[in-house]
Amino acid sequence: MSRVLEVENLRISFPDGQGGRLYPVDGVSFSLERGETLALVGESGCGKSLTSLALLQLIPPPGRIESGSTVRLGDIDVLGLRGERLRQIRGRRIGMIFQDPMTSLNPVFKVGDQIAEGIRAHFDVSRAEARSRSFNLLQEVGIPDARSRLDAYPHQLSGGMRQRVMIAIALAAEPEILVADEPTTALDVTVQAQILEVLDRLRATRGMAVLLITHDLGIVAGRADRVAVMYAGQIVEEAPTARLFARPSHPYTQGLFASVPRLTGPVQRLTPIGGSVPPPSAWPAGCRFRPRCPKAFEKSELAPPLLPVEPDHRMRCWLAETGGARG
Amino acid sequence: MTLLQVRDLVKHYHAGGMFRASAPPVRAVDGVSFDVGRAETLALVGESGCGKSSVGRTIIRLQEPTSGSATFEGTDLFALDRTALRKMRRRMQIIFQDPYSSLNPRMTIGAAVAEGIEIHRLARGKDVGRRVAGLLEEVGLDPGYARRYPHEFSGGQRQRIGIARALAVEPTFIVCDEPVSALDVSVQAQVLNLLADLQRERGLAYLFIAHDLAVVRQIARRIAVMYLGRIVEEGPAEQLLAEPSHPYTVALLSAVPEPDPGARRARIVLSGDLPSPSNPPPGCPFHTRCFHPLRSERCRQELPLLRPVGGTNAACHYAESTPSPEALAAN
Ligand SMILES: Nc1ncnc2c1ncn2[C@@H]1O[C@H](COP(=O)(O)OP(=O)(O)OP(=O)(O)O)[C@@H](O)[C@H]1O
Ligand code: SF4
Ligand SMILES: [Mg+2]
Repeated sequence: MSRVLEVENLRISFPDGQGGRLYPVDGVSFSLERGETLALVGESGCGKSLTSLALLQLIPPPGRIESGSTVRLGDIDVLGLRGERLRQIRGRRIGMIFQDPMTSLNPVFKVGDQIAEGIRAHFDVSRAEARSRSFNLLQEVGIPDARSRLDAYPHQLSGGMRQRVMIAIALAAEPEILVADEPTTALDVTVQAQILEVLDRLRATRGMAVLLITHDLGIVAGRADRVAVMYAGQIVEEAPTARLFARPSHPYTQGLFASVPRLTGPVQRLTPIGGSVPPPSAWPAGCRFRPRCPKAFEKSELAPPLLPVEPDHRMRCWLAETGGARG
Repeated sequence: MTLLQVRDLVKHYHAGGMFRASAPPVRAVDGVSFDVGRAETLALVGESGCGKSSVGRTIIRLQEPTSGSATFEGTDLFALDRTALRKMRRRMQIIFQDPYSSLNPRMTIGAAVAEGIEIHRLARGKDVGRRVAGLLEEVGLDPGYARRYPHEFSGGQRQRIGIARALAVEPTFIVCDEPVSALDVSVQAQVLNLLADLQRERGLAYLFIAHDLAVVRQIARRIAVMYLGRIVEEGPAEQLLAEPSHPYTVALLSAVPEPDPGARRARIVLSGDLPSPSNPPPGCPFHTRCFHPLRSERCRQELPLLRPVGGTNAACHYAESTPSPEALAAN
């Protein structure tokens, strides 16, 4: 397999309001192979969306990406790019879709024109050709009656249809990587199923690599090849999907699984993690999960690195040294 | 024993403004009937805009019903005047998805929880503070938080504050309108456990409004599924989830992503969008998206009524032969 994206030691900081800085993303590393889907999973505030925005230098000021962070796209150092060179990467090589399609749709332009504009920004084609490609894209993302929808304004479409249009715009430039940040979180479950089906199909036919950002373990199952679980600005566990679901090993990952209500099997009392996710200003020294961890022990006062559990499976927990967190 | 009895509830919203006078109303609730027993949980599930919140709000008269009846402990709720309604609020409370919007940002947590106690004169002087402290403890919060303000708390803590506020007047019935939908999964589980504990300890009845079937299964023994302002299936949770009879319930269930890579279930992906509630289709409200092989002209003309099928009540003309996702995939 060929590696299309490599993120190394990504650190993002914001001023803390008292002259110092906070690091909501603190040393995140991962890579994507061609055609692969990696899921970045975690609860609100763990840094997963900031991580995805940083890939294209989209961190809003006064936030900044710290020096020493790298994002490599093939042999391009993305974080070193500025101006036109950066614009060529955005959209063209890495496409993005978000939870709220209205953030990337312009309310005053017809959707057909918005897709065509995206096509013409990246390819030297005629208006007529761009319009015909837009039509094909709308069909590809499963919009019924695509011909007439080309002339619709975003507000005339349902939430699910808007999300499809946003996917069409992201695909217009034929990116090799698609970053999908909670693409179905705002949608009803039957509409979510429609959108996920579209994404699955496109990934298969186009061979795109996908970085799927979600809080929902159900969406990850049967979709992602690998999973990285984030907590407090760091990846705390990473493994192939089947392995992670069969053997979640970090106490945080285990707590997440124990918190999810199921549709099948006996109804049992849930055993949630105590407390709540602390804000970056309150992250403890040592293992950041320590105050909520039922298995914390003396060594937890030191910050654990990512340690191997099995080949291909790593976690940020000292118990990996003894195999003690598997359960 | 029946605590709440709702019959043929209708709630239409009329678009405001002179020029809109002729616009069709939004038929948010279009003839809904159900019972809630003492210390029981009935879950009302459905997708956005199906009218489930409108049901909850009209029952406790946060909004006025268009027609229908609701009887609570023998009292006709829709006939109460303002004074009687205020008294009734001691018996029935509501908690919301976003507890922040229901808390006054300038009121301390203690004052917010004490409000109901004072309005209904349930305690005086030092006893009020003691009760507030007890309530905060009961919902898993430090009694010392009473002096703090809402913005200092996380989403899960605010939901606990909302629950303490509702409990303060010692109700017998609480409408829970998506109380865990905005919470992270670990915190959601804590709040679900808390609601279950309170129900057991205080004998509370809940109308639990939600869109997540797995969440609902965790808390409710009976489930009613709504679509476009109507209940399309209703019954004991285990039956309804294991052997749904209405095609919409089947589709809804099969769309839930289960956190189990081994469970490669057949999936029904509905085609098309939800019709507008101001212009619902005639006949069966689900017929524009229905996948039932027997779907016919009758579905387009005749409204199916809830009737017993298998272990539940379902509103589908052909509910006896609704195919499972697996059977559908095999064809
Ligand atoms: N005050 C109002 N004025 C006008 N229309 C309203 C009002 N409240 C609700 N509606 C409409 O009535 C329908 C049902 O709304 P309701 O809030 O009951 O749905 P819901 O099932 O709770 O949806 P959600 O899952 O999004 O909370 C929707 O079409 C909604 O837009
Ligand atoms: S009545 Fe007809 S359209 Fe409605 S759910 Fe049953 S088969 Fe489908
Ligand atoms: Mg609602």
